[in-house]
Amino acid sequence: MGDNVIDTPNVLLIRGADVLGEGRTDLLLQEGRIVDSGSLGAPPDAEVIDADGLVALPGLVDLHTHLREPGREDAETIRTGSSAAAAGGFTAVLAMANTSPVTDTAEAAERVWDLGQASGLVDVQPIGAVTKGLAGEELAELGLMARSRASVRVFSDDGKCVHDARLMRRALEYVKAFDGVVSQHAQEPRLADGQACCHEGELSGRLGLPGWPGVAEEVIVARDVMLARHTGSRVHIAHVSTAGSVEVIRWAKAQGIAVTAEVTPHHLLLTTDLLTGYDPTFKVNPPLRPEEDVEALREALADGTIDAVATDHAPHARHDKEHAFAEAAFGMLGLEQALSVVSTVMVEPGRMTWSQVAQVMSSRPAEIAGLDGHGIALAKDSPATLTLIDPTATYVVNREHSQSLSRNNPWHGRELTGRVQATFLRGRQTFTQGKVLA
Amino acid sequence: MKHLLSAADLSRDETLSILDTARQMHEIQQRDVKKLPALRGRTVVNLFFEDSTRTRSSFEIAGKWLSADVINVSAKGSSVSKGESLRDTVLTVGAMGVDGMIIRHHASGAPLQVSQWVDASVINAGDGMHEHPTQALLDAYTMRERLGDLAGKHVAIVGDLTHSRVVRSNLMLLRTLGAQVTLVAPPTLMPSGITTWAGSDGFAVTYDLDATLPQVDALMMLRVQRERMSGGFFPTPREYTVGFGLTRDRLRTLPDHAVICHPGPMNRGLEIAADAADEGRSVILDQVSAGVAVRMSVLYHLLAGGES
Ligand SMILES: [Zn+2]
Repeated sequence: MGDNVIDTPNVLLIRGADVLGEGRTDLLLQEGRIVDSGSLGAPPDAEVIDADGLVALPGLVDLHTHLREPGREDAETIRTGSSAAAAGGFTAVLAMANTSPVTDTAEAAERVWDLGQASGLVDVQPIGAVTKGLAGEELAELGLMARSRASVRVFSDDGKCVHDARLMRRALEYVKAFDGVVSQHAQEPRLADGQACCHEGELSGRLGLPGWPGVAEEVIVARDVMLARHTGSRVHIAHVSTAGSVEVIRWAKAQGIAVTAEVTPHHLLLTTDLLTGYDPTFKVNPPLRPEEDVEALREALADGTIDAVATDHAPHARHDKEHAFAEAAFGMLGLEQALSVVSTVMVEPGRMTWSQVAQVMSSRPAEIAGLDGHGIALAKDSPATLTLIDPTATYVVNREHSQSLSRNNPWHGRELTGRVQATFLRGRQTFTQGKVLA
Repeated sequence: MKHLLSAADLSRDETLSILDTARQMHEIQQRDVKKLPALRGRTVVNLFFEDSTRTRSSFEIAGKWLSADVINVSAKGSSVSKGESLRDTVLTVGAMGVDGMIIRHHASGAPLQVSQWVDASVINAGDGMHEHPTQALLDAYTMRERLGDLAGKHVAIVGDLTHSRVVRSNLMLLRTLGAQVTLVAPPTLMPSGITTWAGSDGFAVTYDLDATLPQVDALMMLRVQRERMSGGFFPTPREYTVGFGLTRDRLRTLPDHAVICHPGPMNRGLEIAADAADEGRSVILDQVSAGVAVRMSVLYHLLAGGES
């Protein structure tokens, strides 16, 4: 062991962080692990990080990230998306399959995995498509992706709903063989087609925008939990956006059905009336909903009905957003401010503790995704994969200060409380003092 | 007032001022020499992302009679497919030094977005399912010429309210002028959230045309596309006509003084019986001829600058 210390001089002492359940604690990081914790003196060769007043959480895990590589490297690359993730306190992200080409083969999944490893800032775990080319017609090679070097466990046609009930049933059955999970983008296409871009309600009527009714999500959620019950499989509902979906999920969990769900930071804070000015920055799928839905989502996250916060980070080049609202691309950035939004909307008002935040942004997503080495409580012998948060820091978001290649940031100009100070992946500092460390 | 993006942008005074000026313009139209020098040296561009010969020519003539230089730019076909963003397109046109941009777009909100990107005055000449404020102005003009002050008058708007940009602008403008408005359509062709909207904005909603007709001073029939059938909005054209068409039988229950409007183009025999369109109470052709005068007035109000 002594020899290794010389080989890796990066011995880090994080001094005085508020570690969940432990109170004020020093953490000694070495060779990628937490080798000691408690009230420690600094070893002579250690770099000391003063974490007084900071909260230490296990590194954040994002179940829902769009990295755009391959295909749209002008909007984001695995490298820039990883930087944004590290800056947001993440140590692992699950990369959605709707790239070009689609991640629907073992080779495509391995390529994403390798690029993530090469960037080295966060673990990039590919999500495999459920159907070939996201066409919703034939199953992709789910098993080969699972057996690949990338060990794919989460499958999703995100951006599109697996709307064929029989195909969805088969997908759920098939992934049982390797404990996979299907993450569903719930949008019944006959009730909310590709044009639908505004929550259906009085505002869509006034604005003359094609409506996306909450029921288009809810009927798929209801159907899929019944399919999960029938098949005995795990289903995960991506970006839940309505009170009705929450009700169905709550019921399903009470029945013991293996359903999990995520909510995005933007659906926890932003409401549909932001569309009044037709600003495409706020065009997202599913759309922003009214206050009643937003409130139901907050409640469901706090009481555990919704398992996880996932960003749906969706970078777009400027020229893809500078169209008439109905024609602009769907999606908004999310990785860099996710923690601050959750802090502002859930922790500040006393609706959640930091320990609950650790659950919904780290341990539950890691569990759902079957991801090793992430989401593990910070203690002696656990991986040195963590993030330090200043719970009282307040700042105004400036979209120009971003690691992402894109600028479609819905938080621009907003004041948020709670800020990521530093991120560590297996003992290596990937972000500190506003800088990503390559 | 810099832009005309929505009928809601207009106060009662501004609306009346536009309508009164339109009357003067209308009188000038009857003369042999129609040109006024009001917009000499100004450049106006008709930027149409969607075909509409009637609206485009109406704005073009209006601009020319006010001595503006009028350029027509057809940007038809999605700019998305050409790989150019809406912002790039309008910045290119704006860079040519135009004072006014008249925008017709198939997507709701596009003129509002454009107004945030360019220096020119922007006029909404119809955007998606959203608004068509100059159409509402010419409707109000036409009704006012026949009925006098619209305050307290009862206007019913009947037809495909969901997909109509005319209805939204008319609702707001008629309310600004103090008229009472009733919307009539089958529930499938009502905009979503219409009942809460009606409650807050003070208009009525009904599925019963027969109960409404005897009480109106003006009846506005909107076009109903037969294609809506495939969307399941109504079962058959026959059923639509029986429920919501201005049939010959229904005409008898319409008060004698009431006027019939239609923004065109009409489906005779579907939403409006052939003879209803042609009878004395119909002001459908008046609407067309008022179009130029109203648009002259709008251009004058927005672009004549210090001369007004
Ligand atoms: Zn999605």
